[in-house]
Amino acid sequence: MADSHSVIGTKNKKGQTFTDTWTMMNDAPRTPSFFTGSEVIKEALRRASCDVMIAYPITPQSEAAALIGELFAEGYIGDYFRGESEFAVMSQCAGAAFGGARVFTTTAGPGTMRAMENFPMWSGARLPIQMIVTCRGINSPLSIQPDTLEIAYLLNTGMLVWHAETAQDFFDWILKGYMVSEEPDVHLPLALCCDGFFVTHTKDVVNLTPADMCLPPYDPYRSPVPCMDMECPPVRMMRDPFVMKSNYISYATHASWQQEVWAAVERSRKHTIKWINGLIETENTDAEVIIVSSGTAVSQGREAIRLLEDEGIRCGLVKIKSLRPWPGEEIREATKNAKHIIVPEFNVTGWLAKEIKATIPNSDRVNAGPRVCGGMTMPPEIIVSEIKNLLGMRSMSMAGRGG
Amino acid sequence: MIKKRLNIRMSGLGGQGAVTAAHVLAMAANRDGKFSISNPFFGAEKRMAPAESYCRIGIERIYDRGELVFPDVIQVFHPQVITMGKSYTMPFYSGVKEGGLVVINSDQELLSADDIERLKDLNVKVFYIAGTELAIEVAGTELSTNMSMIGSVAGITKCVSMESLDGALQERFGKKFVASGGTASLDEAIKKKFAKKEMLLAKNLATVKAAYDIASAWAEKNQYELRVGNPAVAA
Repeated sequence: MADSHSVIGTKNKKGQTFTDTWTMMNDAPRTPSFFTGSEVIKEALRRASCDVMIAYPITPQSEAAALIGELFAEGYIGDYFRGESEFAVMSQCAGAAFGGARVFTTTAGPGTMRAMENFPMWSGARLPIQMIVTCRGINSPLSIQPDTLEIAYLLNTGMLVWHAETAQDFFDWILKGYMVSEEPDVHLPLALCCDGFFVTHTKDVVNLTPADMCLPPYDPYRSPVPCMDMECPPVRMMRDPFVMKSNYISYATHASWQQEVWAAVERSRKHTIKWINGLIETENTDAEVIIVSSGTAVSQGREAIRLLEDEGIRCGLVKIKSLRPWPGEEIREATKNAKHIIVPEFNVTGWLAKEIKATIPNSDRVNAGPRVCGGMTMPPEIIVSEIKNLLGMRSMSMAGRGG
Repeated sequence: MIKKRLNIRMSGLGGQGAVTAAHVLAMAANRDGKFSISNPFFGAEKRMAPAESYCRIGIERIYDRGELVFPDVIQVFHPQVITMGKSYTMPFYSGVKEGGLVVINSDQELLSADDIERLKDLNVKVFYIAGTELAIEVAGTELSTNMSMIGSVAGITKCVSMESLDGALQERFGKKFVASGGTASLDEAIKKKFAKKEMLLAKNLATVKAAYDIASAWAEKNQYELRVGNPAVAA
């Protein structure tokens, strides 16, 4: 049987050296580059030994999808084509992954929603597909601007869900994500999310690994279920599926397999902690006020903390990197001293605040906001204002947004 | 005035190159060793629709993302931003910080008496430049209007060096660049205006330089200063 490690040190057809991923990500020299997030996705894919990428245009992921097409033209991607719709794309991704390929795709907003049926199927079929979600508005009235509501829908699909703050997170996590996803005791799809435009269309400094190093190829024999054999339990889904039977064995198998998918999400915890250096990142958690958030809201929180420091107010920070697996224990520990927990979010419902409230004791400490939605920007000043109000201090009036 | 961060809001119309201008300015600042980020804000990609971009330049790492609600500098790429309200904020100068700067691409006065009064109260200076005419005169095409705008803000604030702008332009236009279909076709359109790529680079740089000199002279004459640096050291 093939062993992915056996190719390490050899070259692929583009002259890149298959490199041990840990060495490539942690020890290899890095080159600072000034890129948009879309260009960063392309550069990560150049190094990902990806077999199949399937594309469909929707803002704000279209640039990344187009750039990966360029990469295919250069010979870095095994196969690349455009699907008929997002639903078709995600179904085709499943087919490619069933066939033993390392698969990549990108989506956003309404596209994610259109394809939703496929995601629990990917998890149940244990397909380690990586899907980039460049979040945008999903509601009517329509918006192409960032809004993280779609992440809430992904949380119960059985996929791993990570939320990147910056393009640097994105670069590293695309490559590391495959390492977690493809572990035999995990073998689940990963939804790697970012806030569209704020990451995809923003030019920022990103430290890249050498372009002549790439990941070891995917080894389909590490799959915990037989690949491309739909007749074999436990994933005999396509023909004569369990759902069609009304007997004890079918129900029991169905239930136990769903539990096994979520057990696999739990087992991914140790790998995720190892690869992305913990499920959360913290600063000054002894402060009375702590901002807890994910994605760009963390960046806006960092700016707010600077503004508060100028006024002598100390504020801590918890950046949630992984939403599935959920860092419950870590959040409980990091917020145990906090009197006020501020959860800024880029969506109307405040799904992250709800998750946090369900996790910690004395959940009335959680302030579910400030929140903006539909693509509105969250200036750091409104986070400062919210915190000062909580502390009973006067804050500047935000009415009229200046002028 | 010397500030740790210079926040620049570029309000233009689709096709004018406001997004490219912010990218080039941020790339140049990065080359100068400053911290910088740029990002756009637009709806459907179409010509003459409002399109904004933002460039943040500073002396420490920048986390802030998205629409610039409280800018130090506002650049108006097209008169319609003011006359037809093609802006994401009303009025177009909403949120401008005290002591800030407004650069308007127009050869005639566009502000109402009320606007002038409100900007004066905020101690905001207004600089008019006939940027499109300058682009036609120097580069031979109105497509280089964004270069006039880059030169204007650089000339007044010295937030980037001419040397780095040269490097950033070469990086942006010297090689194949694919962003979206719209950007790619605009790139093709401007390339067709010039016989050779070197000519495109040289003419655009000359437009930047011409605007830089005009703006620089204006700032000196009006004794206006808005710089990026460490205010503590400067004091």
